Formats: sequence, C-alpha cells, structure tokens
Amino acid sequence: MLSKSQARTFFLGGTIITFVVFLGLSWTSLTKEVPKRTHEENLTADVIAGKHLWESNNCMGCHTILGEGAYYAPELTKVVERRGEGYMRAVLSSKVPWAPRSRKMVAHNFNEVEVEQLIEFFKWIGNIDLNGFPPKPDYKSTNNLK
Amino acid sequence: MKYNSQKLAYWFFALSMLLLTLQIIYGFIMAFAHMGFDGLHEFIAFNTARAVHTNLLVVWILSGFMGAAYYIIPEEAEHELVNVKLAYVQLISLALVGVVAIIGYHFNYWEGRKFLEIPRPLDYLVVVNVLTFLGIIVTTLYKGKKRTTTSLVLTMGLVFAALLYLPGMIWFDNQTMDSFFRWWVVHLWVEGVWELIMGGILAFLLIKITGVDREVIEKWLYVIVGLTFISGILGTGHHYYYIGVGKTWLIVGGIFSALEPLAFLAMALFAVSMYRKGEKKHPNKIALSWTLGTAITSFVGAGLLGLAHTLPQVNMYTHGTLVTAMHGHLAFWGAYGMIVFAIISYTLPNLTGRKLYDSTTGLLAFWLSNIGMLGMTVAFGVAGVAQVYLERKMGMDFGDVQKEIEVHFFVLAICATMFATGIGFYIYEFIKYGQPSKEAIQN
Ligand code: HEM
Ligand code: HEM
Ligand SMILES: [Fe+2]
Repeated sequence: MLSKSQARTFFLGGTIITFVVFLGLSWTSLTKEVPKRTHEENLTADVIAGKHLWESNNCMGCHTILGEGAYYAPELTKVVERRGEGYMRAVLSSKVPWAPRSRKMVAHNFNEVEVEQLIEFFKWIGNIDLNGFPPKPDYKSTNNLK
Repeated sequence: MKYNSQKLAYWFFALSMLLLTLQIIYGFIMAFAHMGFDGLHEFIAFNTARAVHTNLLVVWILSGFMGAAYYIIPEEAEHELVNVKLAYVQLISLALVGVVAIIGYHFNYWEGRKFLEIPRPLDYLVVVNVLTFLGIIVTTLYKGKKRTTTSLVLTMGLVFAALLYLPGMIWFDNQTMDSFFRWWVVHLWVEGVWELIMGGILAFLLIKITGVDREVIEKWLYVIVGLTFISGILGTGHHYYYIGVGKTWLIVGGIFSALEPLAFLAMALFAVSMYRKGEKKHPNKIALSWTLGTAITSFVGAGLLGLAHTLPQVNMYTHGTLVTAMHGHLAFWGAYGMIVFAIISYTLPNLTGRKLYDSTTGLLAFWLSNIGMLGMTVAFGVAGVAQVYLERKMGMDFGDVQKEIEVHFFVLAICATMFATGIGFYIYEFIKYGQPSKEAIQN
C-alpha cells in the first residue's frame, strides 16, 4: 500500500509539475494571444477611461461582461451591436433610474464625456475574439416551416 | 482546550457569526429585488447589496479559518501562541477593515471587480493584517515541539492564500488581463489553497473525533491535497474559455477541471471511512454531523454541480447565468461554510467547558440550514436552467426572461427563510455556550 512519504511525493511532484505547465501556458496566452485577440492597439485613452468608470461604479455588481459579474441585469459584451449607440446614450445619461419592466438601474447621471468613454469601452469589448461567446440563439419553430 | 491562548479562537468565531448574519440580510435584499421588490433601491442598490453579500461571505469564512488556526496550531505544535496581544489587535483590525469596506460600498467607494471589490488602500491594510496573522502562526509553529502534517498543510494553505491575494492587486488596462489575474485569486483560492485549509481542519477534526491513527489520516490528507492541486491549478482554464484568450484553454481547462471533483470525492470517502473505522466514539455528535456533512455537501455542491457546467460545450450556454449562482451557493456553503461550523461545534465545548453535546437546538440548526440551502440551490438551478434555454437558446430578451423566472425567487426566499432559521438556532446555541473560561483548560 501507499506510504505516507509516497503520498507526500505525489502531492509535491504533482503540484510542481502542473504549476510549471500552468505558468508556461499563461505566459504564452498573455504575450501571444491576448494582444491580438483583444486588439490591444485599439486600447485608446477613452477605452481605458471607460474601463475605469465601469469599475469605479461597480457595474459588474448587476451586469455581466465577458460573462463575469452579477445576474441582475443584461450581459453587456455585445451591447453596442444589440442596442446601438443611441439607446446606450439614453440609458447612461438618464437622470432618473432607467427601469425597463420596472427593474431599476442606478441613475449614474454620467456627463457627455463619460458616456462616450463608456461607449468606446463597450465597442472595444465587443471586438474581442471570445471563441464564440455569447452563443447565437438557434431555436427555430418547426411549426412555422412550410 | 490545552493552552490558554486557544481562547482567541472564540472571538474570531464570534466575529464570523456576526458577519454571517449581516450577509444573510443582504442576501434577502437581493432575493426581493429579483422578485421585483426593490424598495431599498435608493439606499442599497443591487450592486451594493451584492458586494456586501459576497465580501461578508469571504470575510466571515476567513475569520473562521483564522479562529481555526489559532485553536489548532497551539494544540498541534504543543506551544502557546507567541503573541496573544498582537493577535487581538489583528482581530480588531480585521473587523474594522471589513466594516469600513462595507460602509464604503454604500457610498460608491469600491473597485467593481467581482469578489475583489475592496478598494486599493484597504487592500494594503488587508495585507498587513494577514501578514500579522501569519507571523503569529508561523512563529508558534517554529517554536513549538512538533510540526505535524496537519498543521503544515493548514499553514501552507493560509500562506498561499495570502500570496495569491497579490495578483488581484495589479492594475491592468486590458479587461481580459484583469479577468485573467482575477481568477488567480478567486479560482486558485476556492479550488486550490482553501482546499488545503479545509483538508487541514478536516484532518484535525477526524483525528480528534474518530480516534483513527494520525499517520493514516495524514497520509490520505496528502493524497487529497495532491489531487486538489493536480486538477485545480490547470483547472483554472475553465474560466478562460470565453474571456479573450486562446483555444488551448478549452482543452486544458475542460480536462483538468473535470478532474477536480475527484479531490472532493476523496474528501467525502475519507471522512466517511475514517468515521466507520474509528473505535473511539466522541460524544460531540453535532461536531460529527458537521464534519461528515461538510465532506459530503462539498462533493455535491463543488464537485457535482461544478462538473455540471465545467465542460466548454455546456459552459458556453451557462456562463454568467443563474446556473453559476446555484453552484456558487452550495459549493461555498458545503465546503467552507460547513467546515467553519464543524470546527466551531467541535471547539465550543472545549473552549467554554460546557458540554452541551447532542442538544436539540444544535441538531435543528444542522438540518434546517442544510435543507434550506439545498432548497435554495434547487431554486437557483431551476431559474438558471430556464434562463439558459429561454435567453441563450430561444433568444428571448433578458428582461422578459427575468419576468418569467421571478416566481423561482419566491421559492428561493422561502428556502432562505428556512436556512436563516437554522443559522438562528446555531447562533442561539453559540451564545448560550457563553464565553471561554480558564477552568476549561485541561491537560
Ligand atoms: C469549494 C469549491 C468551489 C467553490 C467555493 C466554487 C465557487 C464558485 C463561484 C463563487 C463561482 C462564480 C465565480 C465568478 O463568476 O466570479 C464559480 C464558478 C465556476 N465554478 Fe466553482 N466553485 C468550487 C468548485 C468548483 C469545481 C470543483 C468545479 C468543476 C468541477 C467548478 C466549476 C465552476 C465553473 C465551470 C464556474 C464558471 C461558471 C461560469 O462560467 O459562469 N467549481 N464557482
Ligand atoms: C438567506 C440566504 C441567502 C440568500 C437569499 C442569497 C441570495 C443571493 C442572491 C440573490 C445572489 C445574487 C445573484 C445575482 O447576481 O443575481 C447571491 C449571490 C451569492 N451568494 Fe447568496 N444568498 C444567501 C446566502 C448565501 C450563503 C450562506 C452563501 C455562502 C455560504 C452565499 C453565497 C453567495 C455567492 C458566492 C454569491 C455569488 C454567486 C455568483 O456570482 O455566481 N449566499 N446570493
Ligand atoms: Fe473555478
């Protein structure tokens, strides 16, 4: 049967090997893949300012982005594509809580500059290559097929 | 209890119970908001409630871990804690940082990164606090007579947990990088180093409760933490499927994260078989229930419900939906909530010298909270699966789907009431035990 020192070797050996592989894969991802897939060249000052607004107001406390965050309000990764900039300007600059179907969003009361920065941020997010996320709904009713 | 300084543990446990109570209140605020009753919106908006709920969760669990360490390390090392006064300062500063952070969340003072909302200046205080704690633990261990595997695994878990907090403090302009390193904290904590802490506490409890030989228990402890790291480190990849890194992670993350349940399965089998094997039957039945309970519930909540959405083909649809919340609740509760309850239930009679084993209140607390939490998990699960099909498969609008699934949050609130009642009984019992006393010291 397995002895205690063999068990310890299993623990230490396994940990060190997988950790080294993990660091290697992470390094390749961060240096080779992320710059291309996220279009790092488009990270303008506006996009970065937008990210800062996203964080300092804890938007992730209600919404998800890249599928991460809370489940109280819509996923925003492709929001520009889905709603368009006009709609977003209305939501973001609203002075009273935006409340479609009565669920309220915090009235952040962003000024014009901030609204544009947030939109730039979302445009940049929307262009990241996410391996197909979010999935395209693929339901088609068979009843309506002639 | 054998050492006077072990009394410290009591105050960390008390803080833990206080913060848990607050966490539950904010949970109800969110459940009501999901039902459409957001009357508190102006004062406690959803994002405030959520940041408070999840941060209190992390702090009460950490406070429980610290209490556990302050109890276990002296006993294992056979040495009083080295600096008890400093440890009290550490306790108070932990409580203060927690309270300041939580008040800040009500005034838009936060960092808005899920689970890591604590603003940067307070992060540094957290670091100082944890270093103080580790300093006391490691010095005690160093000066002690013995360095057992149990105490080493526990300490290793605590040290790594502190180190892994640091990647979460780096500032990135790129959201993908931000997310990438956020998981080094969140994932490598709960599916890595916290399992070492859990394993260490579990081994300690099993040694005390079942009387099985230490050598046998500690051998299996190594196997369990070995399985944890071998699967869990590369398993981080299950958070890298859809955040803007390459396809390699789909394969690596898929395979290794699918192996993660093995560590939890091993933990469950380990606890049950040690219990069967043990000849000594410790009279503290409540502690035994929580000990076996945590091993089994963590396998269900983390292992099985984690496996349910960890493959990339499934995660594509469930990623960032209420399905995640279903898993998050039972996993956190089963693994880390219940292990804290187990160590509290085991230590309280020893700390206070009052042997209230086998009380009805204690058993009610166990069953009500666990059945309540299972019910909550089902409610989140039904809501989540419905959301996945309606929104991601059929293409219904987010808000319309939320209207459809409101009803499940009524069920959630009912089960949460049951859960909270159980917790209420537990805390009532905790208070009834009274404070630790000198008379309780036995050699
Ligand atoms: C005690 C251990 C565990 C705890 C406390 C835990 C908790 C959590 C939490 C809180 C989240 C949400 C994180 C976020 O979005 O920021 C999460 C996500 C996830 N967990 Fe776990 N988990 C545990 C173990 C596991 C295991 C063993 C597996 C796999 C077999 C797993 C699979 C997943 C997956 C795939 C996600 C991502 C869900 C998504 O894409 O939205 N978890 N977990
Ligand atoms: C009365 C009891 C509770 C209620 C009503 C409740 C309710 C909720 C709600 C509504 C959310 C937010 C979901 C969203 O973003 O829309 C949430 C998040 C969360 N709660 Fe609770 N909760 C309760 C107790 C607990 C307990 C005891 C734990 C842990 C032991 C816990 C752990 C979590 C975690 C980890 C999250 C984040 C999940 C994620 O992001 O996937 N909750 N809770
Ligand atoms: Fe994970």
